[in-house]
Amino acid sequence: MTQTISKSGLSDLRSKDEIRAERRKGRTGIYLVAPGLLVLALFFALPVVVLLAMSLYVKPPGAEIGEFVPGFEIGNYMTVLSAYWPELLRSFWFALIATVLALLIGFPMAYLVAVRLREKPLLQGILLVLLIAPFFSSFILRTQAWKQILADEGFIAQALKFVAILPADGHLTATPFAVVAGLTYNFLPFMVLPIYANLGRLDTRLLEAAGDLYASPMNSFFRITLPMSAPGIFAGTLLTFIPAAGDYVNSALLGNNRNTTMIGQVIDSRFFKVIDYPGAAALSFVLMVSILVLVTIYIRRFGTKELM
Amino acid sequence: MSHSHKTPQDPQIRALVNAMSQRSLSRRSVLGAAGALGLGGLLAACGTGGGGGATAGPAPAVTDVSASDPTLNWANWTLYLDYDDKSKTYPTLEAFSKQSGITVNYSEDVDGNDTYYGKVQAQLKAGQDIGQDIFTLTDWMAGRVIRQGYTQALDLANIPNSSNLLPSLQGVDFDPGREHSLTWQSGYAGIAWNKAKYPKGLKSVSDLWDPALKGRITVLDEMRDTMGLLMLQDGVDISGQWGQDEFQKALEVLRANIDSGQIRQVKGNSYKEDFISGDAIAGIVWSGDLVQMNFENDDQWEFVIPEAGGTLWSDNLMVPVGSPRKANAEKLMDYYFQPEIAAQVAAYVNFICPVTGAKEAMEKIDPSLMKNPLIFPAEEDLAKAHVFRSLEADEESSFAADFQSAIGA
Repeated sequence: MTQTISKSGLSDLRSKDEIRAERRKGRTGIYLVAPGLLVLALFFALPVVVLLAMSLYVKPPGAEIGEFVPGFEIGNYMTVLSAYWPELLRSFWFALIATVLALLIGFPMAYLVAVRLREKPLLQGILLVLLIAPFFSSFILRTQAWKQILADEGFIAQALKFVAILPADGHLTATPFAVVAGLTYNFLPFMVLPIYANLGRLDTRLLEAAGDLYASPMNSFFRITLPMSAPGIFAGTLLTFIPAAGDYVNSALLGNNRNTTMIGQVIDSRFFKVIDYPGAAALSFVLMVSILVLVTIYIRRFGTKELM
Repeated sequence: MSHSHKTPQDPQIRALVNAMSQRSLSRRSVLGAAGALGLGGLLAACGTGGGGGATAGPAPAVTDVSASDPTLNWANWTLYLDYDDKSKTYPTLEAFSKQSGITVNYSEDVDGNDTYYGKVQAQLKAGQDIGQDIFTLTDWMAGRVIRQGYTQALDLANIPNSSNLLPSLQGVDFDPGREHSLTWQSGYAGIAWNKAKYPKGLKSVSDLWDPALKGRITVLDEMRDTMGLLMLQDGVDISGQWGQDEFQKALEVLRANIDSGQIRQVKGNSYKEDFISGDAIAGIVWSGDLVQMNFENDDQWEFVIPEAGGTLWSDNLMVPVGSPRKANAEKLMDYYFQPEIAAQVAAYVNFICPVTGAKEAMEKIDPSLMKNPLIFPAEEDLAKAHVFRSLEADEESSFAADFQSAIGA
């Protein structure tokens, strides 16, 4: 299709039939894209407009609970931002740590399965299934399980207390540590799978050639494997960071009420407890825009042609 | 009316804005609209917006069809009616149907006061039938729907057994004279501790701040219960006319104990897991939960109402404004206010039974429960239990916002 369109400047050289056929092709393209566009318009563009409108609603004097009228109250943004900027920053900070940790843990896993086990398809298959297995159970249940694993009376906390890494009255759950650990764990597969898919295509003959040319394994890793897996890492980091920043399940279940609250939790409570719809909408919008800005910067800086 | 606001010129946008801007937005429409991903927002907004509209005035009178239509729809909370696992039926409800000839569609539709309110509010406002003839909501929410005119006045002459309502529950400020509501079940918020891990025990809310319990305390995320207990500790009569100052003073105590790490977490129903896992040793809890937890976990905990007092909450049966089967609803209420029937329910749900005489009736069902003060409270316990006063809409918003910000959300 792209080819025919790019040639359209030469249309005068072609017969009318050819031109007609081409136009038809162009129209077919539009028909094919239409359902997608419609879905996007209906389920993305419109809700964003609704969200934006809602974030500017005002509460009329003497209003009942949950009663708001359309308005243009930019102050909604000031109010929620001045109250909740720490939670917003914390969300990005936690998401960043979780993304880096997931990369450090996930890359070797993906490498093992995709490259090292290439000769052993059975083992490779089993490990791949194990990687995906967590998806078969509920996100909430898995997070809840971590609460039990890290519980004060649990083995890990007791062992850490025994070797005095954890003070006797310390605990693991209800801490920032537990929240970041939960985020890392829950989003790890989103990091591993893109990298795995990418490393699966890695041409190991390049590594052999590097070895023949006396490159150390370290050297060939940093000069060949890592750069070639960049698109996978790039996709993995985005798939981890974006949902992690907006997540509230981990902070709600594994966090406390002091220094672990993330922005998703705040939005939830503005909606369901305070019943401040405009405030919650404003926060959602800020979150969306912040992620968009961060991701744009990231893409500009590190994005590869392959992805764009 | 304030919704005669200016609307945009473009007819499509106008339709959209109108759909969204019914004077009071239902929670569902807004939830959908503002969800971070926004999926389905438009659909939800259009779907539930229709009811709000211009008909905010008094609800149109409904013709009662009870006589010709022997059915009844009842929305209640989960695990809130005696249930027989074997026959998969509700024995007391079956008996009622047999006796009255009324078929009851019982549903566990209410999973939270706020969420349920959001679901039906637009229809109630328009005076429409929400498909339920009885709905069951907690005091403060009952107060809200009664104040907003979303309920029908009960004809107590049709509910002679309503005189069996415990005296302590008869005079409530949200429904003086009980003209719109009758209590279904009640419970306390009080304090509880793990007997093995904290043998010293607790007497008052301030005992929770013992350094030995640091990081092992949970309190409820239900504002009225946690704040109620803290204010009672300060000597405030929470049923009386307290205001901002009393609230803020108690909130400071809460905030300080969260910031110092004394309070590990502020939670809803999930605090039970922390008690069972041992992460929490003590905290502010609901009485019925303790009965169930002790039953399943070898009697590990003890519950008391703090010396300064605890909160007493109730869930209330009400007839929504559009229901054409009020007479049937009244028959059911009358039925459940018979002591024998109430005792049967109490033996299953473990909350405070609001019916006088149920204790004596319990003897035939399970005599051991007669002595359980959490189901049949002693006079002195009830004297220590207080009902959180109704809040004005403005107060409610501001208190809820302050409480949420204190608990870090």
